[in-house]
Amino acid sequence: MAEFALPANSRVQQGKTHKAPAGAKNVRVFKIYRYDPDTGANPRLDTYEIDLDDCGPMVLDALIKIKNEIDSTLTFRRSCREGICGSCAMNIDGTNTLACLKPIEDVKEDVKIYPLPHMPVVKDLVPDLTVPYAQLASIKPYMQTQTPPPPDRERLQSPEERAKLDGLWECILCFCCQTSCPSYWWNGDRYLGPAILLQAARWIHDSRDENTGERLDALEDPFRLYRCHTIMNCTKTCPKGLNPAKAIGSIKEKMIERR
Amino acid sequence: MASYQIIDHTYDVVVVGAGGAGLRATLGMGAAGLKTACITKVFPTRSHTVAAQGGIGASLGNMAEDNWRWHMYDTVKGSDWLGDQDAIEYMCREAVPAVYELEHFGVPFSRTEDGRIYQRPFGGHMSNFGEKPVQRACAAADRTGHAILHTLYQQCLKHNAEFLVEYFAIDLIMDQDGACRGVVAWNLDDGTLHRFRAHQVVLATGGYGRAYFSCTSAHTCTGDGQGMVARAGLPLQDMEFVQFHPTGIYGSGCLITEGARGEGGYLTNSNGDRFMERYAPTAKDLASRDVVSRAMTMEIREGRGVGKQNDHIYLHLEHLGAETLNLRLPGISETAKIFAGVDVTKEPIPVLPTVHYNMGGIPTNYHGEVLRPTKDDPEAIVPGLMAIGEAACVSVHGANRLGTNSLLDIVVFGRAAGLRAAELIKPGMTHKPLPKDAGDYAIARFDRLRNANGSETTAAIRDRMQRTMQNDAAVFRTQESLAQGCNNIDQVRGMLPSIKITDRSLIWNSDLVEALELENLMACAQATLHSAEARKESRGAHAREDFQDRDDVNWMKHSLAWVDDQGKVTLDYRPVHTWTLTDEIDYIEPKARVY
Ligand SMILES: Cc1cc2nc3c(=O)[nH]c(=O)nc-3n(C[C@H](O)[C@H](O)[C@H](O)COP(=O)(O)OP(=O)(O)OC[C@H]3O[C@@H](n4cnc5c(N)ncnc54)[C@H](O)[C@@H]3O)c2cc1C
Ligand code: SF4
Ligand code: SF4
Ligand code: FES
Repeated sequence: MAEFALPANSRVQQGKTHKAPAGAKNVRVFKIYRYDPDTGANPRLDTYEIDLDDCGPMVLDALIKIKNEIDSTLTFRRSCREGICGSCAMNIDGTNTLACLKPIEDVKEDVKIYPLPHMPVVKDLVPDLTVPYAQLASIKPYMQTQTPPPPDRERLQSPEERAKLDGLWECILCFCCQTSCPSYWWNGDRYLGPAILLQAARWIHDSRDENTGERLDALEDPFRLYRCHTIMNCTKTCPKGLNPAKAIGSIKEKMIERR
Repeated sequence: MASYQIIDHTYDVVVVGAGGAGLRATLGMGAAGLKTACITKVFPTRSHTVAAQGGIGASLGNMAEDNWRWHMYDTVKGSDWLGDQDAIEYMCREAVPAVYELEHFGVPFSRTEDGRIYQRPFGGHMSNFGEKPVQRACAAADRTGHAILHTLYQQCLKHNAEFLVEYFAIDLIMDQDGACRGVVAWNLDDGTLHRFRAHQVVLATGGYGRAYFSCTSAHTCTGDGQGMVARAGLPLQDMEFVQFHPTGIYGSGCLITEGARGEGGYLTNSNGDRFMERYAPTAKDLASRDVVSRAMTMEIREGRGVGKQNDHIYLHLEHLGAETLNLRLPGISETAKIFAGVDVTKEPIPVLPTVHYNMGGIPTNYHGEVLRPTKDDPEAIVPGLMAIGEAACVSVHGANRLGTNSLLDIVVFGRAAGLRAAELIKPGMTHKPLPKDAGDYAIARFDRLRNANGSETTAAIRDRMQRTMQNDAAVFRTQESLAQGCNNIDQVRGMLPSIKITDRSLIWNSDLVEALELENLMACAQATLHSAEARKESRGAHAREDFQDRDDVNWMKHSLAWVDDQGKVTLDYRPVHTWTLTDEIDYIEPKARVY
């Protein structure tokens, strides 16, 4: 995952360096992508020296420390700080992951931080996710049934049927996988990408949903589903340990089964 | 003041917030044919509801006999009789259809062998009016909030709800009659300012856990709705009641759900004692949260804490076995690994009582309408304004919330707000013109902070505030600590005029967002400490060492705190509702609270 989509006609330039405080013993260098939409100037890579003895263990802790103590203009998304909201997805040390779950310790040399690749950048580490959100809506990710539910109790679902959703429903829509997929980079306008296909699988495998046929029809298209060439970047990068490639495979199997 | 271009919008209803409460309200408003916008500072599925773990309470009776009256009794007792029993009855009765509705929407609940919704034991959930524990918490593994929030968002997609994502609401638009007429918000993505005119504004902005140094809440839980209400000259209610959850991970503050004890986990001190047996002989580790948090604090104080500093407690899950942990508690197994370096199948988790939930908030009735109580009419409402979820104080949680009652609160009262709005607003109803100066207050505040060039950073002031709250509004409180705390927090509040911002841009200026949030947190922090100082009794989460008993004669009343623009706090009170909604259950008389 070495390539990045940069704003048009731009190259990342060397930015400012913020030195560690005198006397800091356990200094780590963070190189962070900065892009300021107001000036429209080329993006730059700012350098921050951080004393790890005075910083929490995760990359997000370092980003917050920088924002609080060194440079409050540094911009990134964050909320839950425990890997469940999906806000803080970014490219750290060459891999898409969640800053709040990524121990600084796991990065061997300088900690290089970029926004999620191949997405337009709004500012610094904040990518524009409008396209994947719209793609999510396009697959109708909600229960569809013809049979009305029982009026005064739940629909029944056996533990075995429910187990088919495990590994699918836990997705936090961080789009780490989506933006690591080469097929998505090149055909992002038409290929749905691993995160969205995993959501599609979540409904296809739900025993309570009655529109499996229509769901499969909607994916039966040379681009939406079949651009996945099983490169597995998605699965390797998912910070929640999910397996979008396998989910995609399971949709393809369903397609074959019904032929 | 710089001139800003302002974009005007008109809706029947504007919902501020897209957590569980905001999404459920948005759905209902849309279904009633009202033109509705939901504005939110984070993408809906990133709202804090996503972090809820253990379950949502409803007396489905899937595991053993249960009854909404028992649920109501537990909630009243949990609230230490500060909850309003009409609202509590409404919530506990509506719980059952609300959970079935969630299932019909598609929530992937865990299942029993016979295919029903799985329910687990939780703190304070008892059968037969407090007799013995009952399994009432409807769970989707230990990621129930995620399951519910994503499902509600999916339903909103199904119904084409209109979202304005990464819009930060700055302030309400009030008219001279004290009615709410709309809200002003800032679009982070392109830097534009927006003025929304609406028949009803619904605040669903969540809690203010970030007023404290260590909390289980997300960074975005900054009491924005409470701040907006305080600036509109309206009171906040019962703010002294802050819930400490017994099991935040020592250090990071990340939550380990009470469901972990529900599944059989237990706490020990440095002697290896299961000390909860001494404090709560019947419910033991599953007593109410305030009770367990105080017991843990006592153990630590008396020198029986674990670890190098003897300053925390162990939560044991090892005995449950890998299979149960995998099936029922996969999320917290992962969280314990990442944030405490603990393999829960082998070792105990180091835990500490951690700020978790705000029982107090914007006072409302059980329709979600915001109150502006006066001496003559403690139930007077603010026309045009509703509040729901953790931002609000209905009050169903009173002095201490039962686990699983918040997810319930947000869906039940989110729905109730929709029903009420449908009664109040007819689709297409004409809008009165806005006052001439509508939005000026919000934009002046925005502009002031955007150009703030004082001597103290947001982070520095926030840190002082958080440490003050952590020290002075803690699990145990005394007159001395609280009086000191009021002084301290007023001083920190005094730093706000010297705040400094570095980023002057309009696009995704998170430096400015944090400053706006800090002002909101500060109002909450001041209201909390001042209300706490005034309340000379112990009740639920408010535990005073100098007034150790509950005093129903003098203090069975809701605190009201007005925080003005200069940071001056004024207190008053309104009566607790001592009636139920229907005659299908009698008012539950106060009695001693033992578990
Ligand atoms: C770790 C954890 C676990 C929990 N587990 C449980 C549990 O098992 N069971 C249970 O019942 N409860 C649980 N709770 C409590 C419960 O999750 C919350 O109280 C509840 O989810 C709050 O929902 P809400 O909709 O009121 O607010 P939130 O989900 O916090 O949503 C607030 C919304 O308001 C928006 N917002 C805020 N300010 C602004 C602004 N200025 N402008 C625009 N938008 C704004 C945000 O973007 C967000 O969409 C838990 C809480 C925590 C911290
Ligand atoms: S396996 Fe498919 S979806 Fe995953 S990265 Fe490869 S091409 Fe993309
Ligand atoms: S599958 Fe994993 S990487 Fe992809 S969006 Fe979901 S949680 Fe993120
Ligand atoms: S902050 Fe929520 S996933 Fe990282």
